[in-house]
Parts: sequence; structure tokens; C-alpha cells
Amino acid sequence: MSLQFRLASRNLFHDRLRFIATIIGIIFSIVLVTVQMGLYVGFRRMVTTMIDHAPAQLWIMPVGTKCFEDPSLLDERQRFRALAVPGVAEATPLVIGYAQWRLPQGTTTPVFVVGSELRGLGLHPWNVVEGRLDDLSVPGAVAIDQTYFERLGITGVEQTAELRDRKVQVMAVSKGIRSFTTTPYVFTDVERARSYTGTPASKASYLLVRLAPEADLWKVQQGLRDSLGNVEVLTASEFRNRSRSFWLFGTGAGAALFAGALLGVIVGTVIVAQTLYSSTKDHINEFATLRAIGSSSRYIYTVIIWQALLSAIVGFAGAAGIGKIVAAATAESALPVIMTPMLTVALFLLTVTMCVGSAVAAIVKVMRIDPAMVFSR
Amino acid sequence: MTDVVLAATDLVHHLGQGAGRVQALKGVSLALKGGELVLLMGPSGSGKTTLLSILGCLMTPDAGTVHVGGHAVAGLDSEALAKLRRERIGFIFQSYHLFPTLNAEDNVRLALDVRGERARTAKAAAREVLGTVGLGHKRKSLPRALSGGEQQRVAIARAIVGKTQVILADEPTGALDTANGQAIMTLLADIAKDPSRAVLVVTHDPRILPFASRVVHIEDGRIVREEAVTESMKKVSNA
Ligand SMILES: Nc1ncnc2c1ncn2[C@@H]1O[C@H](COP(=O)(O)OP(=O)(O)OP(=O)(O)O)[C@@H](O)[C@H]1O
Ligand SMILES: [Mg+2]
Repeated sequence: MSLQFRLASRNLFHDRLRFIATIIGIIFSIVLVTVQMGLYVGFRRMVTTMIDHAPAQLWIMPVGTKCFEDPSLLDERQRFRALAVPGVAEATPLVIGYAQWRLPQGTTTPVFVVGSELRGLGLHPWNVVEGRLDDLSVPGAVAIDQTYFERLGITGVEQTAELRDRKVQVMAVSKGIRSFTTTPYVFTDVERARSYTGTPASKASYLLVRLAPEADLWKVQQGLRDSLGNVEVLTASEFRNRSRSFWLFGTGAGAALFAGALLGVIVGTVIVAQTLYSSTKDHINEFATLRAIGSSSRYIYTVIIWQALLSAIVGFAGAAGIGKIVAAATAESALPVIMTPMLTVALFLLTVTMCVGSAVAAIVKVMRIDPAMVFSR
Repeated sequence: MTDVVLAATDLVHHLGQGAGRVQALKGVSLALKGGELVLLMGPSGSGKTTLLSILGCLMTPDAGTVHVGGHAVAGLDSEALAKLRRERIGFIFQSYHLFPTLNAEDNVRLALDVRGERARTAKAAAREVLGTVGLGHKRKSLPRALSGGEQQRVAIARAIVGKTQVILADEPTGALDTANGQAIMTLLADIAKDPSRAVLVVTHDPRILPFASRVVHIEDGRIVREEAVTESMKKVSNA
């Protein structure tokens, strides 16, 4: 063990109370950053769930559509023009929109209806745990998620409720299809979705496009743009990016998360800088002695930076532990805090940077030492 | 013939600012030869500590020159001065200045560690020197577990472990009783038996006269008298 490391650790542990205060400060700050960034990662994932689960390679949508939940409409006749474009194997309508769900007891709650073709290219519920997807073809059949049973007044398949005054029957139940807007999704076929949401028969929210084998994505995209006019044609990944940038930055949610994280970093930096500075001040005699007996400034900075690094490592370990607990506790919620390995590494580097950056004040203090003071103390 | 290991010429130095500014040194010249133990004596405020700080390259004089081992100190930046100190000068302080969180061995090893010496060699050297000062059995003790005399012996071990040519000590016996003071001075006198090394000790204490080869008297920033210590002087102070 190097003497510099030993000096650093002794300086740190010598004053236990201050060390504990430092560690709590780091944990507090890094947990704050972790939660904010974990929410950011979680939010990023949640806002694209529907796009991720649709089997479309290209999405045709009205000009200016901001995100999947944007309920603007296009003309369904575009579908036939799309099918005529070389390389397009399938183009099917998708109808989305809000509707009022009337519980058997008579109260109502808003739901988000997703209607697509049941056979072929459609956005169907995944993770079905009760009932069968095929049964959605029965008149009035819908699929909902377990999560929303209570909200929708349902306890299992074959139970009924009303959507826009029409009787519906739950024929399939999925598990884990949660909406970050907390409005329950209700899956059904295109025609019924139109009637539940009041969408005219000739309109659709999207056209989902599947390519013919070996067709070139970019060429087909350009071909669709040229022949359809007045619509937007996005690849799945372009649509994901657009949805994310709308929800994360268009709404200010992302900015709020980053601002929270920044606040955490500032609080952490101030606490670590303060405790490192006061520790250095307490040990100023020793640093002056080191300088007097001829240590280089680098030798002394190394001691201080070791102190910062040790604090960072201990603090990060604590924060990561709490982060894991928070992630586990929110895993089943509408907006989970997600800790990816990348995020964990980034947070560790942030902690180290924060602590080492905080050493600047202490280093400036040490730089000003007059080694001749060793004779007068 | 022995070499001059430390030489200062016409040192002038001011301390403080404004109305509190005093001329602490008013033209001091001094040379230390290998094999000498020189005492620097003088009343309080006469400039002893100031002179020691300049000789030890901890302060740069307003005027005058310092040569350490034949190298001129003028114009060196603070990093170069630190290098000069770790390679050529050992320091001993009245209040020891040991590191309270390090044991005796690590305290001694520090003087070699700042030179970048390998841990294994530094440890071996630290142990050996602690044996020399009679603390071989206490090398794992923290300073607070040691008596004042023992702490000063650890500090001496730290000052001599690097085998520097010059040892500078400011009142090394100031906080010690007679027996411990004598033990410390015996150690310093032993170092000065090496013809390539010199020891300068600032003191108020006439009891340590017998250990010196020369006494330099300073008053009001000037050297007023220098005398070789004769056998008769040693006998008088021993009586
Ligand atoms: N930082 C300072 N600012 C102003 N004056 C100072 C300062 N340090 C010392 N002095 C003055 O400079 C002069 C020389 O001081 P120095 O400490 O060298 O004396 P000394 O011989 O070591 O005294 P002592 O025996 O008390 O240790 C004294 O008059 C002292 O008051
Ligand atoms: Mg003094």
C-alpha cells in the first residue's frame, strides 16, 4: 500500500463524523442523480413501447404527428396508393384515440383505444395470459391489461362493460402492457376502434407498412413519400426518435429530469468540496511538514485526490445499492427507474469526476502553504 | 580537508508588512563544513529561525546568496527548492511534526517516499535507522503512544534516514528534560562525526554546549561572535 494512499485513508477515517457526513452527502446526491437518470431511461423506453411492438417497418402518418398518441387522422384511401408502391408487401390501417369506458357499476374512466387488423399486420396485445387473441374477432370483443382490472371494473375474461355506449366484452387479458400516461390501453379491431373513438369510416391514424422481402427500406420510404404526398413516412426508428423527443423535450419532462440530476451534482460537489477543504485545513500542519521535508506538489495532490477517490468509491457503492433497491421497487410501476449497466458506469464516472473536481478547493488551499510555517508551530 | 556543505553570504531578510515590517537578518554570512556540529545561539527575536528557514531553502532571502552542496539556490522555483530539500537537507523541529496517523516506521519512511524510493528499500532503511535511535521495538507505535523524547527520536530518524549532507534543527531539545535532551544531542553529534555531513542546531540551552564543535552567536539580525568549543568549556558546562 502506498504511503500516499495510507495518509489519505487515515486522513479520511481519522475524523469519522466528517467522513460519514461526506459519504451521506455523496449518497444523497448520487441517488438523486440515479433516480432522475433512471427515470429518464425508463421514460425513454416507455414512450416507444407501442412502436416497439408494432411489426411495421414504415409508418405512414398525417403531417406533423408528434408521437404515437397524437390522434390526428389521414385518409384511408392512401392505403391503396401505398400498396401500389414497389417494395410494399402490406399496408394496414391503425386507429387510435381516447374513449370513455363505463364500468359495470356505472362510473366512467378514460381509456386509450388501439385498433388494428386482427389478421395480418396489426398492433396486437402481447403477453396474453387469459383468453385468446383470436377471440377478438367476436363482436364487441376487446383486450385489456391485468394492471387495470380494478380501474376498469373487470376481474377476468368474458366480463362486460361499455365503450361509447356500446357493449364490449373482455376476451383477452395481457400482462405488463402499461401506459406511462396511466390511461389504460384497450385493444380491438379497426372497425370497432373507429366506432369507439368516433373516427369516420374513411379515416385512420396510421398506416403500418411491411416491406416485401429484399426491398430497400430507404427506397420504399422515398417511393411512398413521392406517391402519397401530404403525409409523413417514417421508419420505425425515426418514429421512435420523434416520440422520444416530443415526450422528453417537447413536454419539458426530460429537461426537468436533467435539471434534477444537475441539482444533485451541484449539491454533491458542494458537500464534498466543503468536507475535503475542511479536512485539508485540519491537516494543514502535516501538509506543510510534507512540503518542508521536500515533497513535490504532485505528491501532496495525490494524497488529496486519493481522499476524493476513496470518498467517491464508498459513496458510489452506497448510492448504487440504494439505486438498485429503487429500481426493484419501481419495476412494476407505470414509470420504472431503470438502471442499465451503461447508466451505472456513467454514474460511477460522474461520482469520481464530481469528487475529484471537488478537490480543487483543497488543492488551492494546499498550494498556498508556506513551508516555513513548520518552524513557527 | 573537509568541504563546505552549506554556505550563506550577506543574507538580508525582512519579515512582516507595513508598520510591522522588521529587518530580521541584517547581513549574515555563515558556512558549515562537513563533520561539524554548530550551535546557533541568541536571544529571542534575534533571527535564528529566520536564518534557519533560509538556510533550509524554505524561504528565499531578500538579498544574499545560499549554496547547498556547492549549488546556488538563487532563482530556483518552489518545486526545484523542494527537490533540493528532499535530497540534501534533513529537518528537526521543536514540536517534532510527526504525522499523528502514521506509525513510527511510516513517519520515517516518508522522508524516502517523497523521493520516490521503492517501498521495500525505504522500509528496510526506516527500520535500521529506528534501531540506531533506539526505537527498534517501537516501530509500529503511533506518535501518541510515544513519550516526547521518543517522538523526537523518531523525528531525528526521519531527518537522517535520507543521509542528507545537512541537518537543520530548531530547538530540538526545547521540549525535553535533561536526560532526553542529552540522548538527542548524542545522536546528532554522532551524525556530525561523518566528515561529509554537518549539523546546525538552534538552541537557548547551554547544557548542550559540550556536543558542539562551534558556537555562533546572533543578536538583532547580525552574527556577533563565533567561538570554537574547547575542552575547558565542555568541562564547565558539564559541571
Ligand atoms: N511573520 C512575521 N512577521 C513579522 N515579524 C516577524 C515574523 N516572524 C518573525 N518576526 C520577527 O522577526 C524577528 C526574527 O524572528 P525569528 O523568529 O527569526 O527569531 P528567533 O531568534 O527564532 O526567536 P525565538 O528565539 O523566539 O524563536 C523577530 O523580531 C520577530 O518578532
Ligand atoms: Mg525561533
